Amino acid sequence: MMRTTIARGGLAALASLALVAGCSTDQSLDNPPAEEDPAAAEDTAGDTAEDTAEDQAGGGSDEWFDQAVYEEQDQQRSATFEGPEDQPWLQYIDGEMADTSEYTADGPQKVCFSNASIDNPWRQTGWITMNQQLQVLQDEGVISQMETRDAQADDNAQIADIDYFIAEGNCDAFVISPNSTAALTPAVERACDTGKPVVVFDRGVETDCATTFIHPIGGYAWGIDTAEFLLEHLEEGDKVIALRILPGVDVLEHRWAAAQRIFEDAGIEAVDYFTGADPTEIKSIISDELTTGEVQGVWMDAGDGAVAAIEAFEDAGRDYPVMTGEDEMSFLRKWEDTGLTGLAPVYSNFQWRTPLLAVEKIFAGEEVPREWVLPQEPISEDERADFLAANEGMPDGHYAKFGGEDLPGYPEVWQERIIP
Amino acid sequence: MSAPTVVDSTPRPALPAREGSLPARVLRGAATPGGGVVVLVLLLLAAIIAANPVFGQPESLIRFVGRTAPIAIAALGQYFVIVSGEFDLSMGAVVTTQVVIAGNLIGQEDSRVVPVLLLMLVIGALIGVVNGLATTWLKVPSFIVTLGTMLALSGFVLWWTGGAAQGNPVDSFRQIGRGGIEGVPVVGVLPYPALILTVLAVGAAWLQTRPFGRTLVAVGDNPEATRLAGASVWGLKTRAFVLSALSATVAGIILVGYAGVHPSVGRGYEFTAITAVVLGGVVLGGGRGWALSAAAGAFALELLFTLLTFLGVRSTWRDTVQGVIIIVAVAVAGRAWQRRATRRRPAAPDTAETDPGTTTGER
Repeated sequence: MMRTTIARGGLAALASLALVAGCSTDQSLDNPPAEEDPAAAEDTAGDTAEDTAEDQAGGGSDEWFDQAVYEEQDQQRSATFEGPEDQPWLQYIDGEMADTSEYTADGPQKVCFSNASIDNPWRQTGWITMNQQLQVLQDEGVISQMETRDAQADDNAQIADIDYFIAEGNCDAFVISPNSTAALTPAVERACDTGKPVVVFDRGVETDCATTFIHPIGGYAWGIDTAEFLLEHLEEGDKVIALRILPGVDVLEHRWAAAQRIFEDAGIEAVDYFTGADPTEIKSIISDELTTGEVQGVWMDAGDGAVAAIEAFEDAGRDYPVMTGEDEMSFLRKWEDTGLTGLAPVYSNFQWRTPLLAVEKIFAGEEVPREWVLPQEPISEDERADFLAANEGMPDGHYAKFGGEDLPGYPEVWQERIIP
Repeated sequence: MSAPTVVDSTPRPALPAREGSLPARVLRGAATPGGGVVVLVLLLLAAIIAANPVFGQPESLIRFVGRTAPIAIAALGQYFVIVSGEFDLSMGAVVTTQVVIAGNLIGQEDSRVVPVLLLMLVIGALIGVVNGLATTWLKVPSFIVTLGTMLALSGFVLWWTGGAAQGNPVDSFRQIGRGGIEGVPVVGVLPYPALILTVLAVGAAWLQTRPFGRTLVAVGDNPEATRLAGASVWGLKTRAFVLSALSATVAGIILVGYAGVHPSVGRGYEFTAITAVVLGGVVLGGGRGWALSAAAGAFALELLFTLLTFLGVRSTWRDTVQGVIIIVAVAVAGRAWQRRATRRRPAAPDTAETDPGTTTGER
């Protein structure tokens, strides 16, 4: 998609060879922020209604920092979760419940799923898991079929998808994973107006009309977990390189806003760079930094590219940094191979199971949490071996906390990684 | 300029490249855009070392050369296309495609390294042939053709990967881009990419002095005259496109090792390569410029970015800088070559050659 954007600009740029700069700048302005971002699309659950997409200008982290939400997420990290112990995808933080008795239905129902995109490994893993969950519910006679439209990270496409579902989809329930917060709000409201149940997950919208909104704790919690881990292992005056995917995506910004604040307060020198998850870029950045001086820590707002960052230290012949990545297999494996001091923050991939299970509850008339906050626990070095063993044979782009071990097709479906 | 058969009755002046003593010729070369870029590289290098002396150590410098090798190699390939009066926009997509092919087809099997490597080169050559023939036989402007190739390849990569990262290929393959000869005096490790670049740069410089290279420049300067002189314009241009696609392939092979497999690898390479080429004083529209200057342009560009990093300028400004450089470099190169040309031919001010910097407008 990035390529397409460049290509579109390319014609103009070549006409005058002047717009090279314009092309890339446009991407963050006239397109949904997550469009060309492989990892950004994954997160964003924490962005509740108060974040608006207009804030995209980026820049200082202050405009992305909301003290109240920060504190809420900080507390949620240690909250008690209701629900079955061994099924984290069904757990939630105690709160307001939505009465769904009006949606009680008999027999298999049709679900319409409007998906933002599957353009990064996190979303691909979740999408595979969701399809296996669907199979279970189809076998149980809860869902007749799920019609899916993939918006390929385009707001306009997703709005059209939702309107198509409303007009012609013959849907009994809507599941929506919004591409961006503000732009998708009216479309989600229109879906709510049909009187059918609406389940929103991953990123939020600026309306609470949905029957339930499912997401892990959020970006600030990620930022707090990771920054506090680095602080434990660093000393005042140490230098941390923060590798960020791109500016302007709210939850990625929240991750950094929280972490940056903590680094500042602790006297850690943190320098942030935007990498677009391009490993070439990541290597250049770290090589330059290592030429300039010592680097003791690496912080990432998403694990994509973590391996390239570690390799840059190897290539320069330096000691490994203290580092936070993500629960992507490539990072967990490299982490184990190198023995570096690290942490794998998790943006719970198992949340892709929850929407369909929520639909099951809704059709059964059982109440569901209005805001369904799922657990979000990092993987520590002590737990790493267990997760590596449990996910042996999985491809590098697989996420350790995918939560599909009890689904049909495990493990082959995830090992083969054939995108449905 | 519809009359290519202008008869220039004045005797041609002697070729100035052979005039005067060696220092005089070096000075004169440095005053051209193609030579000036070397001066620029030295100035930037001095500025970086002043800002950060560690960068001047041989180990750091050679690592920098290794890191810049893929983009310099891409610039060498792009040079042949641009000097022949065309563009290759498909370069970045070729790099990405080759990176993904390496990642998906080699996997963890050592035995597949050589066959896949050969396959990649064949695919690269094929893309070049398609670009070349569509431009010359179908008469589609090259930036439309290569834009089409770029989109087609990008779509293919998106379909194949879903837009997400794949696993890295086996380490032995990645050594090409990551490894080097250890224990070399002074520099320590001599990266393979630096070696590959040296070999290809020598090859490109040699090719430029061969009849192929010289005729190619003539094609870029005045395709009609070159055709009338009996040269096969389509053959020459197609070969230039093949060279370009092959250089993108080699850049891709190095990048798989250096960076790893990711659909973002190679992103923007076509523009970086074109910027490097024009920064090297090669005239857009063809007909003027040296291959090694294009490679030097790549180094100047990367040095500039490194300097900006060391000075604390945010990387988000990179694209802006690149955009400004393209405009300035095209303007400067066009004027400088023009001045040189008019100075060289005072006796024939009204021939078809009055404004060599803007030959694109004439076709």
